[in-house]
Amino acid sequence: MLKRAFGTATGIKLIFGCLFISFLFFTAFVYTSEVPETVSPAEQELALKGKHLWQQNNCSACHQLYGLGGYLGPDVTNVMSAKGKGELYVRAILQHGTATMPDFKLKPDEIQALVVFLKDADKSGKADRSHFRTDPYGQIHQTNTSQP
Amino acid sequence: MSKPIGLLSIATGLVFLLAGVLFGALGGIFYLFPNELRDIIPFAKLRPLHVSSIIFWILFTAIGGLYLYLPKQKKQTIQRLPVVQYILLLIAALAIPVFYALGIFGGREYWEFPPQLGLIIASSFVVLAIVFYKRIKKRPVIGKWPVYRWMWMCGILFFILSFAESYLWLLPYFEKNLVRDMAVQWKSYGSLVGSWNLLINGSALFVMEKISGNKKIARQPLAYAMFYLGLFNLMFNWGHHIYSLPVSNVIRYTAYAVSMTELIILAKIIWNWRSSLSDAKKHRHLLSYRFFTAADIWIFLNLVMALMMSVPAINLYTHGTHITVAHAMGTTIGINTMLLFASATYACSRFASRFSTKQLKYINSGLYLSNGALLIFWISLIGAGVGKAVMQVQNPDIPHALLMRELVPWFVGFTVSGIGIAMGIILIVLPLLKTIIHKFSTKVTQPETQLQAS
Repeated sequence: MLKRAFGTATGIKLIFGCLFISFLFFTAFVYTSEVPETVSPAEQELALKGKHLWQQNNCSACHQLYGLGGYLGPDVTNVMSAKGKGELYVRAILQHGTATMPDFKLKPDEIQALVVFLKDADKSGKADRSHFRTDPYGQIHQTNTSQP
Repeated sequence: MSKPIGLLSIATGLVFLLAGVLFGALGGIFYLFPNELRDIIPFAKLRPLHVSSIIFWILFTAIGGLYLYLPKQKKQTIQRLPVVQYILLLIAALAIPVFYALGIFGGREYWEFPPQLGLIIASSFVVLAIVFYKRIKKRPVIGKWPVYRWMWMCGILFFILSFAESYLWLLPYFEKNLVRDMAVQWKSYGSLVGSWNLLINGSALFVMEKISGNKKIARQPLAYAMFYLGLFNLMFNWGHHIYSLPVSNVIRYTAYAVSMTELIILAKIIWNWRSSLSDAKKHRHLLSYRFFTAADIWIFLNLVMALMMSVPAINLYTHGTHITVAHAMGTTIGINTMLLFASATYACSRFASRFSTKQLKYINSGLYLSNGALLIFWISLIGAGVGKAVMQVQNPDIPHALLMRELVPWFVGFTVSGIGIAMGIILIVLPLLKTIIHKFSTKVTQPETQLQAS
């Protein structure tokens, strides 16, 4: 069977073509599949500004969103709704830094934009493993957020 | 022209590797003294400097191999294109660290530089694609291509596609929704890593064919089957990076199912183990083969790890911990770097000059030191990851600073072993660089015809 499929130049090209077309369809699906809508249109521009600031200061070198990023600092996906944290806590850290996080000398409007961006992240879903359940097949499902 | 530019590209890659291990070692030290080093060497600069240097080590060395192993082309204009490609990539590779050092970012994880610089990298790969096409077109193989040509072609194609995809965030449709943006970001990153793996594996297979003298290696149906399995994973298994992201279940199930097909690769490795061992005995005198053997062991270890991490129920605990870093380092140093060293040592002895006994001694010492240190490094990272997962399960509200303090013994382990890896790599890199520099210095005193005949 292997010889029949991969033994000729035509067979090899045909398999490549099929794989590539499947890849294009899957890509289109990823681009258009439903995702949670979060911030209101009024706050969207500010959230975007916050996202740009997140990138311009390379926050992902130390922090994670949904577990993706550096591990020197904590995951901040749900810092806005986490027990003992929240907006005031975030504002204080953004304003002064910590022992390991430098003071980025952010202006008040920049802090505001970052706060709105983090609120956006918080509303998009839960990153902590306590919000997931596993099924018998080893798959995981969020337990308390609406999924598409 | 292809030989000098191939060797120059490999030499440039080696210099970036030296920079990468230096920044990596500094990164490890930062983990031990984060408060003291916070303002001296900011981690936000150090991490991208390390990552970018390593990415350019991979790109320059893989492309250098490609120029040396592709069929020759005598037409003058086609001979100049590799120089254009090299210069474009070099401009980007030199500009990016300057931007990082100045604290100018604007991109995203792994490509943190301002997006405009991405255009130079993309242009460089478009030129590479033209070179590849022209060189293959002029020298077609009767019947089917050896599998390494497919690997190189797909490597270049998917690099261009995935690299372009990683900049879709510049479009408002993607940028405005965090979840969609992150899904597309990690889709592109998964394929990007797969694309340079194809470039590396293609060259590795070419070298294997040459040193074994067995042309069937790259032409048998099983070789194509394994290549397509790898390509299938490049296209569809990236979703294991984003299991926790609230995306469609189709993405999650696809990634889970496709990742499990890697079990076939694992089974093949175990099945081939005996013959690999006898081959290892047969070719143990060959430097390149020793690097292949080291890579083989790391492929096995990392594949077992990757398979486990691809099970969502396990990934739930490993994700966001240093276990992910252990996997990234195991594959980048243990597999990619060892395969690139195999290619570089083959290229140096074939196209530059033979290594002296002293140089061989250094390279062998470096091989054993870097791999031994990597094993400790890998275990330390897994230890840190397991430690973090256990503490977070036992006490979900544990403060991050306390958690990091508890993990310090593991950080000491990976910092010390990281310095060991750096020393081992330096022992390998310096003789390779010296050989290439020697080749170029003799070129100055030799007529061009002699160089072409080498």
